[in-house]
Amino acid sequence: MSSGYNFAYLDEQTKRMLRRAILKAVAIPGHQVPFASREMPLPYGWGTGGIQVTAAIIGPDDVLKVIDQGADDTTNAVSIRHFFARTAGVATTTRTGDATIIQTRHRVPETKLRAGQIVVFQVPQPEPLSRLEPSRAETRRMHALSEYGLMHVKLYEDITRYGHVAISYDYPVMVNFRYLMAPSPIPAFDNPRLHMMPALQLFGAGREKRIYAVPPWTDVRSLDFDDHPFRPARAPHSCGLCGATDSYLDEVVVDDCGGRLFVCSDTDHCETRRGNGMRP
Amino acid sequence: MSEETLLCASGLSLRFGTVPALLEVDAELWPGEMLAVVGESGSGKTTLLNVLSGRLRPQSGVVWYRDPEGRLADVHAMPLPALRALHRSDWGFVHQNPRDNLRMGVSAGGNVGERLMAQGSRHYGRIRAEAIAWLGQVEIDADRVDDLPRTFSGGMLQRLQIARTLVTHPRLVFMDEPTGGLDVSVQARLLDLIRGLVSRLGIAAVLVTHDLAVARLLAQRIMVMQRGRVVEAGLTDQVLDDPRHPYTQLLVSSVLQA
Repeated sequence: MSSGYNFAYLDEQTKRMLRRAILKAVAIPGHQVPFASREMPLPYGWGTGGIQVTAAIIGPDDVLKVIDQGADDTTNAVSIRHFFARTAGVATTTRTGDATIIQTRHRVPETKLRAGQIVVFQVPQPEPLSRLEPSRAETRRMHALSEYGLMHVKLYEDITRYGHVAISYDYPVMVNFRYLMAPSPIPAFDNPRLHMMPALQLFGAGREKRIYAVPPWTDVRSLDFDDHPFRPARAPHSCGLCGATDSYLDEVVVDDCGGRLFVCSDTDHCETRRGNGMRP
Repeated sequence: MSEETLLCASGLSLRFGTVPALLEVDAELWPGEMLAVVGESGSGKTTLLNVLSGRLRPQSGVVWYRDPEGRLADVHAMPLPALRALHRSDWGFVHQNPRDNLRMGVSAGGNVGERLMAQGSRHYGRIRAEAIAWLGQVEIDADRVDDLPRTFSGGMLQRLQIARTLVTHPRLVFMDEPTGGLDVSVQARLLDLIRGLVSRLGIAAVLVTHDLAVARLLAQRIMVMQRGRVVEAGLTDQVLDDPRHPYTQLLVSSVLQA
């Protein structure tokens, strides 16, 4: 642990402010709570929101896991893990089951999360209606009055044009039958995992200065029509390394002759399966 | 106030700085009736429409609306969610420029279906069927249902706006110069359509126009406004055939005869 920094980088008053925002967010599931986002030593879009939330909730006994699109070994994930190892001296892990805090960009781990764990999502755009209604004053009013017909207009247009809802990530969800929420750019495949999750879910958007949350065991429904129910999409292949047929897959180009390899996007899940002798 | 008025306004006043936009205006509207508000530009017609529909708050006066259950509600004392719900379902607003109301990046079907979805309709097939039925009512071909409004002509846009407004079967529609900016033959067709729809569905409407011919064709009753005041009001034919107030006489005599 390097000296010269306060525990977990941020000063205590900042963490206090963040915790108050988090408590409010947990109390109103899916509601976006504004907070005084700080400059962090990484660029916007790399997880400034997630890193602040993690800094506010992390304690010396926590075990931290950081994933970036499911992978533990990408630059962003490695750097953030290293950052907290240095400034907070906490233990880090790549194993989903061992972690108490999981900061994630664009994925929910394949392993089922348990009560007591906390997932911290990095959010680029917290406002699910941002592409449909440019005025933030108006979207706030729409949230306040629970007027979400506009989002269904977007789904209607997709079905009319493409025959299905063409949103593959950041698929809007209704939280606790009240607030429309952007689940961060996780694939729609992961959306059902948010529903009734035993772990606490926190969402931090650093540039947009918003924190929101889904408490454990909360109802989270993906928007759909009665006659066009929500269907999460998944590449119709099995993992080329571990043979999994139920995990979310990344498509990897392996040569310049059109060769493709589909592998689990969750590296921990894939490695655990291979360690257990699973092969394609 | 008689028992069956749908909308009843009394003593409405509103000034913009020193300019009086409305001065002690009273208005009453009965179910299924169309009331025309005429006058030159700047006479407070559109302001009156905005005040009656709760979009603008008057400095004095009150607007009462009778809901389907027969209860009276003060439009300006209503909580915002209730007023917005009213605008989504029981009321409609037809703008002079259809582009103000339509979503130009959303297909015709989506535009018509938006109010249904806002009311909680969640069945794609039924929303679409309803949208196609309404396009038929306003004489737009069913195969245009997936086209974007920007491919529509001015008259079609106005008809699309009317379909979008009437899809929830409102009891009261506010129209701000619905035929403005359209050429004469398109205007005639649109007027015919509005008259047919309004009488068939029993909709009450407040119609703002500067065109006396439009008022005579559509409205049973008329209000003539000048500088924020109602100078004459009564049955349309009566007022236009036998104008009493000098301003009304001037207005009637300045209509060009083709």
